[in-house]
Amino acid sequence: MENSNHYDVIILGGGPAGLTAAIYLSRARLKTLLLTEGTPGGQMTLTHEIANYPGIEKINGYMLGSVMKKQATAFGTVVKGNTEISSYSLEGTVKSVTTGDGQSYTADAIILATGGRSRTLGVRGEDTFKGRGISYCATCDGDFFTGKEIVVVGGGNSALEEAVSLTKYVTKVTIVHQFDHFQAFQYAVDEAKANPKINFVMSSTIASFYGEEKLEGVKIRNLITGEETDFKTDGVFIFIGYVPNTEWLNGHLQMNDRGEIEVGPDMSTSIEGVFSAGDANAKRYRQVTTAVADGTIAALAAADFLHKQKRN
Amino acid sequence: MLYTNLNHVESAVQLEKVISENENVMVCCGRMGPMCIPVYGIMEELEPVYSHVKFFDMEFDNPEAQVIRNAPLTRGFMGLPYTVYYRNGKMVKATSSIQTMQQVKTILDSEFGQPNA
Repeated sequence: MENSNHYDVIILGGGPAGLTAAIYLSRARLKTLLLTEGTPGGQMTLTHEIANYPGIEKINGYMLGSVMKKQATAFGTVVKGNTEISSYSLEGTVKSVTTGDGQSYTADAIILATGGRSRTLGVRGEDTFKGRGISYCATCDGDFFTGKEIVVVGGGNSALEEAVSLTKYVTKVTIVHQFDHFQAFQYAVDEAKANPKINFVMSSTIASFYGEEKLEGVKIRNLITGEETDFKTDGVFIFIGYVPNTEWLNGHLQMNDRGEIEVGPDMSTSIEGVFSAGDANAKRYRQVTTAVADGTIAALAAADFLHKQKRN
Repeated sequence: MLYTNLNHVESAVQLEKVISENENVMVCCGRMGPMCIPVYGIMEELEPVYSHVKFFDMEFDNPEAQVIRNAPLTRGFMGLPYTVYYRNGKMVKATSSIQTMQQVKTILDSEFGQPNA
């Protein structure tokens, strides 16, 4: 098919998995399109410093993503960032994707690399007070709360480590967590419990946020008794994990009950010619390095798939 | 130093010049942080589309950025980046913290008009 909008492979997602797949595919001279809803680099761009990427002593995530994008485009990948997918068809030998601007693209294979995003509480007032007292990034916004009392929501490593780091600025941190125990590693729990500025409200969640021009307080609901209490606070930091960006694939692909895509050892999904790589996959460890590995495998498997298709 | 492909505003005087010489201006005032970088990326994507708007960034920690940090429309902001929009030299809209492409486009369209097809 000689069509300028037809590609050998379309990659959906521009994090380390998608960009790595793009580098491998375009270097193998396969016509490759990468579409991403956000900035190329994905969640990696949200990391201030990466110090465990082999071969690079220290680099910020944005720079690593920029270099990966540069490599992919230098080898010939067409990268379209901040692009919404309005419709798609993954079945059959020719896959298709239509973007929000009405452009349609087709391909012989698809690699899904849609990653994940920060989970939000989804309660009343959360959108209203984002940036006016509610934050999802301690390193970005911590200094706005110097000398104030804040709440941290969550019980994983991020929540506890960020709570400790926020004590540099604030006078008091109250950690609100939905369970009666933490999911974080013991070292993080010990460090938080040893910090005199931190106290804990367990088996509870935030029911709503309130305020006028900026956040003034929250309603905390005890999940055992159902009782709601008023809690005055200047700020709330939310660290309650990530969700895979796969809702739009519901019913099309085999996924687990957490919405993560089930793949084989070669990153193949339940649909022939559709591969998946990175944080959207069902797996235990989610690191830049594991995403890069997934992207490599998916690209090589997709190339192999195309080669076999052309021979038949 | 902001490592973006946007044009940078370095001083209050330069900002004043930019907004006096251009009818429609968007400035993202932030750091190289997780909430700011996506907004710079969105601006880089939109810059060639919205040719009637000038796009700039400014370093939040630059003392000269107080003209944005202390503006009436950014009062109460507690999240980076501060993204501000100027029409005919006047700040007409401001947002705090990360924004989506759709949120930015909605503001650009309503404040400055949609780009020509």
